[in-house]
Amino acid sequence: MSQDTIEAPLGATAERQAVLATSGEAPGKDWVIVTRGIKREYDMGGEIVRALRGVDLAIQRNEYVAIMGPSGSGKSTLMNVIGCLDTPNEGEYWLNGARVSSMSDDELARVRNKEIGFVFQTFNLLPRATALHNVELPLVYAGVGSVERKRRAREALSRVQLDGRMDHRPNELSGGQRQRVAIARALVNNPSILLADEPTGNLDSTTSQEIMRVFESLADQGQTVIMVTHEPDIARHARRVVVLRDGLIASDERRSAFVEKLGVTV
Amino acid sequence: MPFLDAVRLALQQIWVQKLKSFFTLLGVMIGVTFLIAVVSIVGGMSRYMTEQLVGKIMAVNSFELRHRPNINMGDHDDNYWRELRRRPRIRESDIEPVTSALPDGVLWAAVGTDNLAASSRYVSKPKGVTAFTVTDDYFTIKRMEPVSGRLFSPQEFERGMPVIVIGQDVADYFFPALDPVGRELTIRGIPYQIVGLMEKQGSAFGFSFDKFIVAPQKSTINRYVNAHGVIDAIMIQTPSREGLLSAQETVRQVMRARHGLRPSQKDDFALETSDSALEFWNKIKSYLVIAGVALPAIGLVVGAIVIMNIMLVAVAERTREIGIRKSLGARRRDIMSQFLVESATLSTVGAALGVATGFAFAKLIAAVTPLPAAVELWSVFLGVGIGAGVGIIAGAYPASRASRLDPITALRAE
Repeated sequence: MSQDTIEAPLGATAERQAVLATSGEAPGKDWVIVTRGIKREYDMGGEIVRALRGVDLAIQRNEYVAIMGPSGSGKSTLMNVIGCLDTPNEGEYWLNGARVSSMSDDELARVRNKEIGFVFQTFNLLPRATALHNVELPLVYAGVGSVERKRRAREALSRVQLDGRMDHRPNELSGGQRQRVAIARALVNNPSILLADEPTGNLDSTTSQEIMRVFESLADQGQTVIMVTHEPDIARHARRVVVLRDGLIASDERRSAFVEKLGVTV
Repeated sequence: MPFLDAVRLALQQIWVQKLKSFFTLLGVMIGVTFLIAVVSIVGGMSRYMTEQLVGKIMAVNSFELRHRPNINMGDHDDNYWRELRRRPRIRESDIEPVTSALPDGVLWAAVGTDNLAASSRYVSKPKGVTAFTVTDDYFTIKRMEPVSGRLFSPQEFERGMPVIVIGQDVADYFFPALDPVGRELTIRGIPYQIVGLMEKQGSAFGFSFDKFIVAPQKSTINRYVNAHGVIDAIMIQTPSREGLLSAQETVRQVMRARHGLRPSQKDDFALETSDSALEFWNKIKSYLVIAGVALPAIGLVVGAIVIMNIMLVAVAERTREIGIRKSLGARRRDIMSQFLVESATLSTVGAALGVATGFAFAKLIAAVTPLPAAVELWSVFLGVGIGAGVGIIAGAYPASRASRLDPITALRAE
């Protein structure tokens, strides 16, 4: 895939504006994520916290996007909404052509299962289950039969170079290996988006680089990746950087522009 | 989530925390243990009553005409006993009218019985034996066979010869380490020749059925058993169970006519079948079963509360796991069924252990007390079914709590 196609969405700002403007309408097939005026408020003991105050975001298939922002900027809330763990109070959220913001709990569970692969900062593997079983879990909830499940879980683990570690439990694996198990688990259902929340937050810098290379190669293979982070060093691996501030998008730029601002060369 | 995966997951959970699981299961286990033990013992007693006790006293498809019932179980007031004492005895003169009214193929035997002291030259001390004086078909009706020697010949019956057959206990006591056949047993100073040793009849509740001697009815022994002309019973056996009731009715009519009873008067004699002897036992049994079910139920309730608590703890401990599962696409009902299956499996395992210990307990009771025990297959299913039921009831609330957890909050839990 050439650099041009990757950077195309940012070049076509008008197109993005058009998608975001047509409120209530399903976006075209190319748009994996479209949020229109998303608001999310929490009632924290009588005090209303406005975590998201109208976020418009459109992400096309095959993009590799980093969502940045200081703590309290609403990036975690945005990630929860994008990941269908939370529903907005206001606004529309279209994921892969389906209007997620009006779905029931069970429908959301199905969407999480089929469309989203989560990678968490704390890995969130089941401690008593083997790597293989952890990777199998999404397939269990998708109703895939045992034999097929094992086959696909093995395949996913070998995609992240963990062939030799399938029968190990999380506590028998290094941090980097655990995160790779989590990535395999996220990928096993062929989701529309890979959603990573501070994926290197618990890893040393060498291992972080290793994990970032995994994301990079997945993005190269055409996987849509959305990564939430507060580290510019990590964010610069993405090809598009969205910065949130006070519940609103403060900037939405290509990597090149972002890197320039940082004053570092890639 | 597929059911078998959920069960396997639950069994893994139990295995990982063996000791905790054991204590969790204890309540259900004890409840089911007692249930199985009680059911086994009541079942065993019931079988014993039917097959051994009453079966030994009463022959198959038979009834006995007596002046009062031989087997009296139950509470009866003084009037009942007074009425029994006033009844006329059955007499030898009743035999012919009664038996001639019965259809062909029906067997009958007159029986007299009493406890008499006997002695032999091989042991110094006399001892009581149960003496029966009987007519020809007695052995056929009772299906008794000699293990050595023979039964009485028609001449011996006819002439009332001084011959007897004896039971195993009598042989063991009076003829230690000897073959009793051909030797003599003395009763009231008269020697009787033993012609046959009967097969072992066994015992019930520590009461032996082998302490008997049998003599022809016309034998001199009959003098000591009953007053002249009196007999204890006429034993009547029909070829099939169907004929039993009509034969009883025939005998009843003959006897009522002979005793000159008016239609308003009750029978002043007893027609005793194995069913009528068991009637009272069946009543006791139903009380025993009620008690045997009510007591374990308390154990099961306690067991259910323990399981509910443990499951609530499990839900709290595994909040993060629930969050992870939800983030991977588990629906409410997946989480719900995971915890329900887990608590049902937990409690079913407890119930299965309870079934095993219940049987062991029943066997132990059977071994150290005269109470018999029988393994009833249905009680196994009942026990395991109750186990699963208790688990599902106890698990419902914790499972529903787990399923309603918010995934974001759950993922943040430590």
